Amino acid sequence: MFAGVTELVQLLTPDGRRTTAASASGPEAEYQAHVADVTDDELVGLLRDMTIVRRLDDEGTALQRQGELSLWASLRGQEAAQIGSGRALGPDDMAFPSYREHGVAWCRGVDPLNVFGLFRGSSLGGWDPQEHGFALYAIVVGSQTLHATGYAMGVTRDHGEGAVISYFGDGASSEGDVSEAFGWASVFSAPLVFFCQNNQWAISEPYRRQSRVPVYQRARGFGFPSVRVDGNDVLATLAVTRWALQQARAGAGPVLVEALTYRINPHTTADDPSRYRPADELSTWRRRDPLDRLRTYLRARDVLTDELESSIAAEADAVAADLRARCLALPDPPEDSVFDHVQVTENSLVATERAAYTDLRGALL
Amino acid sequence: MTTSEMATGPAAGAPANTARQAAVDTAVDAGPRPAGTAASLGREGTGGGTAAGNGAAPGRRAAAAVVDGSGTAGEGSARRTLTLAKALNTGLLAAMQADPKTVIMGEDVGKLGGVFRITDGLQELFGEERVIDTPLAESAIVGTAIGLAMRGFRPVCEIQFDGFVYPAFDQIVSQLAKMHYRSAGRVRLPVTIRIPYGGGIGAVEHHSESPEAYFCHTAGLRVVTCSNPADAHLMIQQAVASDDPVIFLEPKRRYWEKGEVDTTPLADLPADLRTGLHSARVVRPGEDATVVAYGPMVRTCLDAAEVAAAEDGRSLEVIDLRSLSPLDLDPVIESTRRTGRLVAVHEAPSNVSLSSEIAARVTEQAFYHLEAPVLRVTGFDTPYPPARLEDHYLPDVDRILDAVDRSFGY
Repeated sequence: MFAGVTELVQLLTPDGRRTTAASASGPEAEYQAHVADVTDDELVGLLRDMTIVRRLDDEGTALQRQGELSLWASLRGQEAAQIGSGRALGPDDMAFPSYREHGVAWCRGVDPLNVFGLFRGSSLGGWDPQEHGFALYAIVVGSQTLHATGYAMGVTRDHGEGAVISYFGDGASSEGDVSEAFGWASVFSAPLVFFCQNNQWAISEPYRRQSRVPVYQRARGFGFPSVRVDGNDVLATLAVTRWALQQARAGAGPVLVEALTYRINPHTTADDPSRYRPADELSTWRRRDPLDRLRTYLRARDVLTDELESSIAAEADAVAADLRARCLALPDPPEDSVFDHVQVTENSLVATERAAYTDLRGALL
Repeated sequence: MTTSEMATGPAAGAPANTARQAAVDTAVDAGPRPAGTAASLGREGTGGGTAAGNGAAPGRRAAAAVVDGSGTAGEGSARRTLTLAKALNTGLLAAMQADPKTVIMGEDVGKLGGVFRITDGLQELFGEERVIDTPLAESAIVGTAIGLAMRGFRPVCEIQFDGFVYPAFDQIVSQLAKMHYRSAGRVRLPVTIRIPYGGGIGAVEHHSESPEAYFCHTAGLRVVTCSNPADAHLMIQQAVASDDPVIFLEPKRRYWEKGEVDTTPLADLPADLRTGLHSARVVRPGEDATVVAYGPMVRTCLDAAEVAAAEDGRSLEVIDLRSLSPLDLDPVIESTRRTGRLVAVHEAPSNVSLSSEIAARVTEQAFYHLEAPVLRVTGFDTPYPPARLEDHYLPDVDRILDAVDRSFGY
């Protein structure tokens, strides 16, 4: 457990030990059952996922520094929260991200090139939400929780199999849309998991500026269950999200999961946290690194060898190198495409502007 | 409105017109507010029947125009006399029958049938899963409609009053309007947002506003408004059938006006009517000056045209825009080239408004035909006033005719 934090589901301690035996009578026991079937190979798979998305994330920062991306929003520190929840999702489930969920995008099979293209300014989000069960990023934070609620109401109405998960952050928890989504999802018993990654900082504002109560306690007032999980514990996050999705699919209505984690890097590459964030806080959270604890656990059990770890790192490097090459090769969109897809049926004004601009460009050539 | 009120009111600069509004009021609008019902019944008898399908009395002739405009009016069509409100209700019923994925959602739309009864009886027919009484949260009404649309549904949202739409502003302009573009065409959001708008019913504040310009300014939205029962019936079906998001503005003070409606379901109409939503329409042909309006002001302009013909011998051509975004200005430009004079009329304030856009574009495209600048008659650039002042705020026959007079003064 973390000092001063109660009611936190944790299955792997920061020093890489399983909590199962020690807390068999605690809340962990219930969630433990949801990962009882997870094999060592699957645990290695989770480590592989986290290693790759961290490597991709570093590539994003590097590409921004080199002027190839206009901005990058780093996920460092949140790998376990994203991979644990993302790997709990099934093919029929639908995820509604905010804008930092690159790890969830990875789990949903979205080509990271699309995410990089968004931050490069090549597109506004190039993936097909239906194909991947992963909606477009939502930069107006909180807005996506309502889309998720409506989608979940649709699942109820067409008797679908899946559940819906809506990501949002501690900052967005103050947005009116999130409160409206809580109310609606509850009233309509929507098959929806609200998944809050509380990384504790909304740019420069600490969580205490958002609320006097922890995120997860807010569900109580809306009449649905919630749980706080150690968001740097990929196993606990997987277990809790599986449980929450099961509740939702079973028709029990929404669940709120608060994954307590930490934003290790600046809010984005444009931010300077040294102006507002105490250095000792960062060092404390670095010691709770989500990758380290899984590595330690797997090493202690001789599942993870030097050789295996090297091969995972090499794979991550290869994925990043490939991504870098494809990112640098991304062509700018055709200039005429600025007029494309404003509406399903192109309207007369856009058509007129397209024709006039095409003529002008032709005349200038 | 009395003559003495007018003397200090908006048309104070045009004393010759002050009696005209009084004449109209006496003839056709004498009832207490809301007076739409009595007014419409009175006015139907006053029309001249000048041109089949395009004459001056809006309700009945508008119905003919919609159908006749396609050249396919006729046999087998089911004509009924309905109020604008009932025409919307009937159109929504048809839309619900046409596509089982259509859902209606909003505050009080279920058992109550909506505060204006536009969804009356629909929950009884289609159940609570398809006609959804929602919590009081406008952002969520639109936001969840987006999610439902992503799941394959066709939501029709009711925003109870114009002034209540602003809490949903982000969901409309940043989410609903842009999703198709952001997804490079992969996501379609066939969401209709119905909004009763405009003044003239003596309502309390936030119940009489005309917010159309906000939405016309946003790419990705269609914005339409009906002025009569026949259009209401057809256009609401077109809006629901559209695969693009539509802001559907309903002229609430005209809800009780009656007109003849062809209730043939949309699916049985010719293709151009099934996919319409774009076209402006000449509702009264004329030769001397053009007056363009939409929604609740179409009737007022037709009244003004009656007075102008009777008292001044002037022939005004009145055009109902119907679609506000995209604007269909071809009929307006064609008309203005003939008449040389254009007056644009709406209840919304003038600053950066539909009439601003109309003036700019008509000036660009009919510059050498203009005998006078494009003149505008609009609500004032003030907040909507207390109801007992709204007759001063809202354009009326006198202010419209004053603008026509000024146009002829150039």
